[in-house]
Amino acid sequence: MNFRFTQTAIDTGQARRELQDPGAGGYVSFEGWVRDHNEGQEVTGLEYEAFQELAVKEGDRIVAEALHRFPLKRALCIHRVGSLGLGEMAVWVGVSSVHRGEAFDACRYIIDEVKHRLPIWKKEHYRSGDSGWVNCERCAAEPQHSHAEHLHRAAT
Amino acid sequence: MTSIYGLVLAGGASTRMQRDKAALKYQGKTQLDRAVEVLSRYLDRVFVSVRADQTSDPTRARWPMIVDSVPGSGPIAGIRSAFAARPNVSWLVLACDLPFFSETLIHPLIRARDAEGFATSFATAYRSAHDGLPEPLCAIWEPSAAQALEDYQAAGGHCPRKFLIRNGAHLLDLPDPRALDNVNTPEEYAQAVATLDDSAPMQLKIQYYALMREQAGRSEETLETSAATPADLYAELAARHGFTLSREQLKVAVNSEFCDWSRKLAANDAVVFIPPVAGG
Repeated sequence: MNFRFTQTAIDTGQARRELQDPGAGGYVSFEGWVRDHNEGQEVTGLEYEAFQELAVKEGDRIVAEALHRFPLKRALCIHRVGSLGLGEMAVWVGVSSVHRGEAFDACRYIIDEVKHRLPIWKKEHYRSGDSGWVNCERCAAEPQHSHAEHLHRAAT
Repeated sequence: MTSIYGLVLAGGASTRMQRDKAALKYQGKTQLDRAVEVLSRYLDRVFVSVRADQTSDPTRARWPMIVDSVPGSGPIAGIRSAFAARPNVSWLVLACDLPFFSETLIHPLIRARDAEGFATSFATAYRSAHDGLPEPLCAIWEPSAAQALEDYQAAGGHCPRKFLIRNGAHLLDLPDPRALDNVNTPEEYAQAVATLDDSAPMQLKIQYYALMREQAGRSEETLETSAATPADLYAELAARHGFTLSREQLKVAVNSEFCDWSRKLAANDAVVFIPPVAGG
C-alpha cells in the first residue's frame, strides 16, 4: 500500500523511513499545509472528508503510475482526514530515487494527480462564521460555469 | 361517443406453449391478472373473454367474464361475443400473451381513437414493429365492426389481422418496438421472464459525501428503484433531495470503482455520486 489516510497528525519521520533504500541517492517530499486564506476569505480551519474505499484504490494507482513512469526506488502518499487547524499538514508525498531529477518530477506528478482524482472534499470555515465545500458551492450557484472538466480530469 | 370497456382474451388453446398462457406468471403474477389490472386503471369495466368450458377455471373465474356466445372459435368469436353482450360500447381488446404490454400503451390508443379513428374505422390499433401491419389484439374495436366481423366469419374468415388489413384500421406507431412482442413457446416465456426481472425495481445502496451528504441530510440510504443507470438514479434523487449540483459536475462510482453514467445497475449495487473534489 503506497497510499493511506490518517485521522491524526502525519508522522513524517516514520513516512521518510519507509522510503529508505540502499540504492537511493536522494529523497524529495512535499507537504501541503492549511493556510489562513483562500479566494479572498480568511480561513480559520477546515475539515477533510474522503470516500476512503475508492480513494485508497485510486491513490495506490497514482503512486503505481509514478513508479512506472519515473525510475524511482520508493514512493508514498499520506492524506489527513477530519478537522485541521491552521498550519497543520493535510497531505504528505515522498519519493526516493537514484538521482534527484526524477524525484522532483515524480513528487510533483503524485500531488497533482491526488488533487485532481481522489474523492476527497474540503470544507473551509471562515472568519465570517460562514463555511463552504471548496469547488462545490460556487459551481452550484453558477451551474453554467462548470469546473467539472478541470477538476475531474480523466485518469491517464 | 361510446364508452370503452376492456376485454382480455383468455380463450386461447396455448398449443405451442403447452401450458395455459393466461396462467403464466411474470414478476409473481399471472399474465391474466396483470392484463386485467392494468386495463382497470384506465377503463371503468374490464372483462375476461373465455370459452364455455373455462368458466370454472380459477385463473379466470376471479374476474368478470364474457363467455363465447357465437359459433366458431378464436379471437373473432371472443370479440363478437363481447359486442353481443354489450352492443353499445367500444372494446379495448387485449391478448393475454403480451407480457411487455404496459399502461404507457393505453393512453395513445384512446387519444388516437378519439381524434380520428372513431368515426372512420372499425378499430384503432398499433402498427406492428415487425411488419408494419395492424396488431388487432391490442386495439380498440368499435361497435360498427360487429356486423362486419359476423359477415367476415360467415365467409370463412378467422383472422382478425386480415380483417383489419382488408377493412382498414386507424393505425399508430408503437412507442417501444418490443412492447407487443408475444410469447408463444417455453423458450420465449423464459426470455420474457428474465427481461422483465431485469427491469423490475431493485434495491440499491447510496452513500453521500460532503455537500451532497448535507443536502440529502444523511450519509447513506437504501432504496427501491427502477432506475436502470446512475444517470436515471441521479435524476430521481436530485428531485427528491434537491441537490444543487448538476450531473455534469459529478462523477459516479459503483461498488467503489469509477464508472460511466450509462452503466447498467444491478440489485444491491452501492452507488456514490462524487461532487467536485478538493484533496491536497
